[in-house]
Amino acid sequence: MSLLWLLLVPAVGGVLAWMAGARHPAWPRWIALFVLAVELLIALSLIGPAMSSGQTAWIASLDRSWIPQLGISFELDLDGLSLVLILLTIALSLVSVVISWTEITDRVGLFHANLLWTTTGVIGVFLALDLFLFFFFWELMLVPMYFLIALWGHEHRFYAAIKFFIFTQGSGLVMLVAILVLVFVHQQTTGHFTFDYLALLGTRMSPTTAFWLMLGFFLAFAVKLPAVPFHTWLPDAHTEAPTAGSVLLAGILLKTGAYGLLRFVVPLFPGAAHAFAPVAMALGVIGILYAALLAFGQNDMKRLVAYSSVSHMGFVLLGVFAWNTLALQGVVVQMLAHGISTGALFILVGALQERIHTRDMRLMGGLWGSIPHLSAFGMVFAIASLGLPGLGNFIGEFLILLGSFRASVPFTVIAAGGLVAGAAYALLMVQRAFHGRASPRPGAAKPVDLTAPHLAVMGGLVLAIIGLGLYPQPVFDQVAPGLAVLQHNGAPVLLAAGTR
Amino acid sequence: MTAAAFTAFAPFTLLGAVTIAVMLLMAIHRSHHLIARSTIIGLLLCCIALPLAAPASPTEVTPLFAVDGTALFYSGLVLGSALIVAILSYAYLEGSPQGPREEYYLLLLTATLGAALLPASVHFASFFLDLETLSISLLGLIAYTNPRGNAAEAGIKYLVLGGASSAFLLFGMALIYADLGTMSFIRIGQLAHADGAADLYCLVGVAMILTGVGFKLSLVPFHMWTPDIYEGAPAPITGFVAVVSKIAVFAVILRYFILAEGPADASLRTGIAAIAILSMLGGNLLALLQDNVKRLLAYSSIAHLGYLLVAFLAAGSLGIEAAAYYLAAYAVTSLGAFGIVALLSAPGPGRDADRIEDYRGLFRTRPFLAGSLALMLLSLAGIPPTMGFIGKFYLIISGVGAGLFWPVAALVAGSVIGLYYYLRVLVAMAMPVPAEHKAAPPEAAPFFGNAVIAVLLMLLLALGVYPAPAIALIRMTVGATPW
Repeated sequence: MSLLWLLLVPAVGGVLAWMAGARHPAWPRWIALFVLAVELLIALSLIGPAMSSGQTAWIASLDRSWIPQLGISFELDLDGLSLVLILLTIALSLVSVVISWTEITDRVGLFHANLLWTTTGVIGVFLALDLFLFFFFWELMLVPMYFLIALWGHEHRFYAAIKFFIFTQGSGLVMLVAILVLVFVHQQTTGHFTFDYLALLGTRMSPTTAFWLMLGFFLAFAVKLPAVPFHTWLPDAHTEAPTAGSVLLAGILLKTGAYGLLRFVVPLFPGAAHAFAPVAMALGVIGILYAALLAFGQNDMKRLVAYSSVSHMGFVLLGVFAWNTLALQGVVVQMLAHGISTGALFILVGALQERIHTRDMRLMGGLWGSIPHLSAFGMVFAIASLGLPGLGNFIGEFLILLGSFRASVPFTVIAAGGLVAGAAYALLMVQRAFHGRASPRPGAAKPVDLTAPHLAVMGGLVLAIIGLGLYPQPVFDQVAPGLAVLQHNGAPVLLAAGTR
Repeated sequence: MTAAAFTAFAPFTLLGAVTIAVMLLMAIHRSHHLIARSTIIGLLLCCIALPLAAPASPTEVTPLFAVDGTALFYSGLVLGSALIVAILSYAYLEGSPQGPREEYYLLLLTATLGAALLPASVHFASFFLDLETLSISLLGLIAYTNPRGNAAEAGIKYLVLGGASSAFLLFGMALIYADLGTMSFIRIGQLAHADGAADLYCLVGVAMILTGVGFKLSLVPFHMWTPDIYEGAPAPITGFVAVVSKIAVFAVILRYFILAEGPADASLRTGIAAIAILSMLGGNLLALLQDNVKRLLAYSSIAHLGYLLVAFLAAGSLGIEAAAYYLAAYAVTSLGAFGIVALLSAPGPGRDADRIEDYRGLFRTRPFLAGSLALMLLSLAGIPPTMGFIGKFYLIISGVGAGLFWPVAALVAGSVIGLYYYLRVLVAMAMPVPAEHKAAPPEAAPFFGNAVIAVLLMLLLALGVYPAPAIALIRMTVGATPW
């Protein structure tokens, strides 16, 4: 039942925030904060051991009749993987509310409503285990995100928002067709017309069918992840979105792509996924290096962070298709660490833009002298992003490389080069923005440093990234049963990959 | 006629009686309020009579009509839609300064009568007579706001092209009659399949019927008239053309194909598939070029009828259900969209609020209507949590289930293209208010206009989130029809 509350609380909270916005601009902020705090408490109360029973490892589940005529039920299930990602979602939504406190002054109610609805959709994606319900939430989360970009974004927001929407919706429809073909194939072999994930696991089909269906799912998730060459929507969307939008996009929406690969692509089509693994890993490696190279060449700080995000998600793709325990643990930590570090970097870029009204690094330089706190945090997260040991990203990238080494040595060797490239762009960013000589900005007042709410948020994020870097074991413990079940279902890949 | 037949036919008889009563009332006392209200009440009574007639169905009413679940469901959709159009027209014409307004409702009632009877037709004679009753009444309605040049132009276009399409239809019927010697759908089905392969007369006849119906449903390549007429007609009538006439014609042609053509000829199916693909792609691509919301919705309706043909091709129980749900979703959504355009516009020599610039800043000036229009557009685009999403899902299920690869591929491609122009309108509504509009805030829409939109919106969301009752109703009526 608490799973239903996880969805209802932010959905209803969004409506309340919208209505309250008409009365006073401060109310939606407090409502959103309160709602998310309640949500966080509900999610924290779910932390605990999974009820392991053979094929499943659910911490909690809920199954209600929804559209019985079409074999669709309202089925929510929570395992360790979902829980960890949901906690990340709620935490980053809270952060988004705090950092929008001064940035968003226009239509505050609607803004917070959209923020909470995005959260609802994403949590739904992480919980739904009926394929139709999953698709429902998958589409649902796009709409409020679209509005966040289109209404509160920067100069080219409409272009970026429409591009984002068309990319994700188009690939989503391909996935819908793949879902339906899978359901019909299942009906032909068993006589049951159902969208239930657990029933559809292990559906027998010819390798060709499996391959095309797998590709249909993969396309949707690869666009969302994003994997090169489907990444072109991301730099635009990130750059034009308001800070909170960027945090949500990078921190959570991208994770739904990785989650989909883990939960659906490999377990539903183990054979096909294995056959496809070399291609997917190659895409991952290309993504790591190519996006790092692009990040290196950017003058716009936000675009740099956006491309670094693509590069980091390349590691996730590599790890998912290596499909062994080490790599999968690495993928989970990488997702969390990326959510925290990239989110933090977007917040800092947003704060910087609020202060000096530019994101162009050619116009920055020497900021450490005038805004030391912001600059210091910028450096911490830049080196987190490049994978310094002791910080979360290192654990993720290291484990992914360790795992993929077993699956494929050449890909691992090339991917490791991405760490060097990461160091190059991250340090260059610190160098150009915060060090060096201050570039003259005639007529501009001296920028003010981070205020108390921002400092608190950044402090929390620093603690989280250090905690994840020094003691990631609780996360491993929480996700282990869920990952074991996934690995069991995607078994052929494991066997084949292990023998290589 | 038996007693059961009388009971089953009662809603249609009642509609005829209402039409005559309104005409007589007009002769006694000319008053816009009185006529509009009695029309609305009359249509409401007919809607209430439908479920009361249900126990007597299925039954044959003369050789011309069969009142069964399918007929009741689609007639219900037609009557409900006509009721909403009548209420919106009341709001729309209330602001009209001059000219007689009462005949409008008479034409609306006769058009509805034709449209409501079409889904029950099982005979060429009733098919053609109902269709002409609908078309000729529509002609008057389209050209009703006569101070405007483009309304008259639209009326003439509809007259000429509608006449041509009727001629095709009649010629096709005549060919089939010449070949088989019967006009009853069921007899045609029995005779045509008795001697194996269909002969040339029948095939040409069906092709001509399809051409005629293609005009009425505005499928590519018979769609040329659609944008001009959607643009020229008063906004509530645009909604009527887009929804009521399309539902009625689709229902009768679905029945004709199931009864008379059965497992249709392979070349015929290929032809329909080609028309479907052309409509989906053509409608969506042409809509990209439009700056006028009514024209944009016209092209989008071409695409939506193309989507519906996917269910038509899939046939089978799933296809029939999918078509029924999709038409219901399409009715709610399109009526909502055109209703909002109507509430934002005023009749008379000016023009309707139909340019995209007219919608700039609507989220600030008219938040309720803008939010509703946003949801209607999302429903047309097939985004949850709306009926349009479930409808599109249903269509894709039926298409995938019947193994229609190319039509489903075109449906997906068309939906992606479609997103772009729906989002364009959304974006325009979200933009800042243009400076010249800031001075004079628009006057509020009439209460009952807003109420109708609110009801449609509630239906859109409720059946989009929890569609089980609607599907159960469809299974009970359309699904239970003994074909």
